[in-house]
Amino acid sequence: MSTASELLATSGTRERWTSLMELATREVFQLMLSSELKAATTEADPSQPVTSMVGLAGQLCGVLSVRCEEKAAVQMTCKMLGVPADKVSAEMPDALGEICNMVAGNFKNKITGLGDGCMLSPPTVISGSDYTTYSIADKPALEIRLLFEGMPLVVSLEIHS
Amino acid sequence: MNSLRALIVDDSSVMRKIVERSLRQAGLDLNQVLEAGNGAEALAVLQEQQVDLILCDINMPVMDGLEFIKQLGAVEKAKGVPVIMITTEGSESHVVQALSNGARGYIRKPFTPEQVKTQVVPVLAGKS
Repeated sequence: MSTASELLATSGTRERWTSLMELATREVFQLMLSSELKAATTEADPSQPVTSMVGLAGQLCGVLSVRCEEKAAVQMTCKMLGVPADKVSAEMPDALGEICNMVAGNFKNKITGLGDGCMLSPPTVISGSDYTTYSIADKPALEIRLLFEGMPLVVSLEIHS
Repeated sequence: MNSLRALIVDDSSVMRKIVERSLRQAGLDLNQVLEAGNGAEALAVLQEQQVDLILCDINMPVMDGLEFIKQLGAVEKAKGVPVIMITTEGSESHVVQALSNGARGYIRKPFTPEQVKTQVVPVLAGKS
């Protein structure tokens, strides 16, 4: 059984996994939010961000994160639940956590042979940007940048050996 | 189809609401929807209440969905109640394990109301 690092070292894997991560993300937004994500035209980071993270362990170890503006996260929650923004409060972190969980699960299910060999952690959601993460990832993260209703959405996967 | 009582088991309250909404969008006439945040809570609910259908996540704290369906056979009120898994765990081994433990259907997240309908309606009609 190959490790994620060995798989990533093979030609074209990094690009293929980035495409699969984008497909996995788009599918979650299409099916669960009835929302079509658009390609980001700039590298702009979300202001007042909310970040959801899911750990992966096993054949593929790492952290998949979904980052967006708080306003976008509230809008995502509204779309998931089918309720107006004034009815959304405590549900937002739960909703963003579930989105991240579904993106991670959908992504790993798209990689042949990985489904059984990779477990997901419960999601963690962080509000704000005044924090620093220290990663043991030994390669640059896979990252995609999209737009949700015109607001930036960043999905990244840090892979550990 | 007669009015149904459903139990939705998921550690995410947002996901429980989405599953309920999907059942309603699928055209099911829900009389009552009960909720539980993990398998142990669901077993406790089923000691007291009778339901017609259970929809259950796999990855949950305290007691996961696979353990829950294994223990379900010992609950008198739950005998014969169909269980459909709704989960991000989409691997073949999870599907096989869930079905061999007694699940009657398997829905991968993300899902559409149509996919819920395709799994739930035949099970309730006794065709699956």
